[in-house]
Amino acid sequence: MSMTEKHKKLEKNVTLLGVAAFATVTIGGIVEIAPLFWIDNTIEEVEGMRPYTPLEQAGRDIYVREGCHVCHSQMIRPFRDEVERYGHYSLAAESMYDHPFQWGSKRTGPDLARVGGRYSDEWHVQHLQNPQSVVPESVMPQYGFLAETPLSVHDMGANLTALSRVGVPYTDDMIENADADMKAQANPMADTTGLSERYGETVNLRDFDGKPQKLTEMDALIAYLQVLGTMVDVNAAAAQEELASEKGR
Amino acid sequence: MPFGQMERGTTVETVLTRAGIWLVVFILAIAAIALAADGAYAIHMGIVAAAALVALTATVTRADYTAAANSILRAPADPSRYDDDPIRWGIIATVFWGMAGFAAGLFIAAQLAWPVLNLEPYLNFGRLRPLHTSAVIFAFGGNALIATSFYIVQRTCRARLALPGVARFVFWGYQLFIVLAATGYLLGATQGKEYAEPEWYVDWWLTIVWVAYLAVFVGTILKRKEPHIYVANWFFLAFILTVAMLHVVNNLDVPVSIFGSRSYPVFGGVQGALVQWWYGHNAVGFFLTAGFLAMMYYFVPKQAERPVYSYRLSIIHFWSLIFLYIWAGPHHLHYTALPDWAQTLGMVFSVMLWMPSWGGMINGLMTLNGAWDKVRTDPIIRMMVMSLAFYGMSTFEGPMMSIKSVNSLSHYTDWTIGHVHSGALGWNGMITFAAIYFLVPRLWNRERLYSLRMVNWHFWLATAGIVFYAASMWVAGITQGLMWREYGADGYLVNSFAETVSALHPMYILRAFGGVLYLAGAVLLVVNVWATILGKLRSEKPMNDAAYDAEADRPYVPAMAN
Repeated sequence: MSMTEKHKKLEKNVTLLGVAAFATVTIGGIVEIAPLFWIDNTIEEVEGMRPYTPLEQAGRDIYVREGCHVCHSQMIRPFRDEVERYGHYSLAAESMYDHPFQWGSKRTGPDLARVGGRYSDEWHVQHLQNPQSVVPESVMPQYGFLAETPLSVHDMGANLTALSRVGVPYTDDMIENADADMKAQANPMADTTGLSERYGETVNLRDFDGKPQKLTEMDALIAYLQVLGTMVDVNAAAAQEELASEKGR
Repeated sequence: MPFGQMERGTTVETVLTRAGIWLVVFILAIAAIALAADGAYAIHMGIVAAAALVALTATVTRADYTAAANSILRAPADPSRYDDDPIRWGIIATVFWGMAGFAAGLFIAAQLAWPVLNLEPYLNFGRLRPLHTSAVIFAFGGNALIATSFYIVQRTCRARLALPGVARFVFWGYQLFIVLAATGYLLGATQGKEYAEPEWYVDWWLTIVWVAYLAVFVGTILKRKEPHIYVANWFFLAFILTVAMLHVVNNLDVPVSIFGSRSYPVFGGVQGALVQWWYGHNAVGFFLTAGFLAMMYYFVPKQAERPVYSYRLSIIHFWSLIFLYIWAGPHHLHYTALPDWAQTLGMVFSVMLWMPSWGGMINGLMTLNGAWDKVRTDPIIRMMVMSLAFYGMSTFEGPMMSIKSVNSLSHYTDWTIGHVHSGALGWNGMITFAAIYFLVPRLWNRERLYSLRMVNWHFWLATAGIVFYAASMWVAGITQGLMWREYGADGYLVNSFAETVSALHPMYILRAFGGVLYLAGAVLLVVNVWATILGKLRSEKPMNDAAYDAEADRPYVPAMAN
């Protein structure tokens, strides 16, 4: 029986045609995606990764809301020029708690994977309010409204709970104190011992937007930007040893 | 009208059940507004409540809205023939959303050239770009696909639409999805995943509409009077099934609250990236390729009045296309933190994908064998040929850009944007315009289109627009890629990032100019479709001005001098 004769069976039965087509389109996805969940070295074992603090996560939610990933990637490729321009190439581990991932696919503006600590908070405030005032060539929109908008999250604990359900290791303690921690991080007068115990001593504790009396969306967004790429000390001996031992990635 | 007849035949119980369902939806939506955790969610529930109220009123008053709509739309009465009402609405929706999407595209192109056009917060580029991409892909493309699939499946099965009520739900439900998605972007309700931005409840709504779409489509095939299922329907079936799979898996997420818009995707980091691009690339592969190939397989042979070139080729390229496309996603993640083996697999399959893609192009172009003269005389055929040419070009460019060394230069630059648009404007746009021009006179029982010369103008404006767009983005992309990696003799990077941005300014203006041309062509489409629906015929010189004239076919005899 020729191929076209055999194919006539499928052409005369929509159930067979549908099942065959569906089976055909499932294969590629299963073969490529499923192994990422069980091949051990998909995500490197490096020190330093922690979940975002409630304020950083609130800032990340604003980053997602404004569609920043449309113009800014967060994925440094292992090329000489990119490493020189942006820093050490990005590791899979560094976005392991990112739901959704924000690697991006277009650089209308520069990569932000390691923007944390590169510029002062004041620079970020001025740049977000009027990008052209600090980078005249920039085509970035203005985000001055962030400084005027009070940070309003209905219930930050609920956000952390949802994140813990998708695999981010937030503890009950972190979830209970989410709202308080979110406010404390940007308040220089607040008691932050609990926050530091929960998220570590390296958390940036300060007012970010230059208005210590007010907690704004600008505080949250800058808290997020300032932590990007700073959690893992990629150039430390231990991290370099782990990366050197990578095989089959 | 058949639908009207069915309405008259429905019992009081059915009307009460339907009205009850809409009333429950309305009350739930009002309750959700009261409990809303954020503004975007409250506004969305307001839109849902309004939609439910409209549906409720329409059900209870039992007025013949279809007849009223048909009189406004000047639809012909054809009760004995196919069920074409939802198709007529779909064509109008396609034209409307197309204009909205093209205009949004032109606006954001101008924003990149002149950033002062950003109006914070609602009209900033970051919120408008998803609005543009969703409007053209899902609103313009999606309506075109739903309308043409309902048209084609009836004709090729020789059967009226199965489940006519559900077919109308598919049309209106899909429009509600579009409105919720579009307003969501402006309000900042987004999942932050490209081409899958709508939030969780909008995703759930689309899933319901999509299952209804599958039911109508497969139901009509089951009713068919032809023994064979025509090749266009294979492509539509693969498109509907695969998009359902991609949509559900990529949008698995955990809402923070059922009364808020925010949710977090189940897959994050590296796994999230691959799931997203498995989805994203196959939104191209199945939404913008398989579905539009189905349109090609019906409208090209009909307009050319020639059979499809090769039955065997259609079998081979259908199965190989749907098998290979699914693997190509990782080429969006070259040199990222995705494991190398997955990147290489994605590259290899992307290169192989070139062959089945060109199989479709060849099958379409060779269908014109024996009718090539029509490229000169029929602007609709010319649009179809140009769309297949762009399909061939962008399916060559795609595999080339998926090669890792090429991708290292092209990725993150405007080359990708140019590539997408030669496919979207050239292939998807042109074949859709041709299908609309084919359908409108037939759906409204008109002798012909209002103006064929206007179609010709549309063709040239669109083609010139694409040339400006693609050429400027090639130059912009390659310029930027080379500038980023340029080293001086001193061993340092030559260009700051800001310098690469200012270098692109002229290219961004040229790109916007290309958009103006393309939009101008679409304005002619609106005028032409509108006038055709009104039944007007433009008196114009025929396109073929070299027709045979028996009078002139004789030796020249000079007039006698006297």
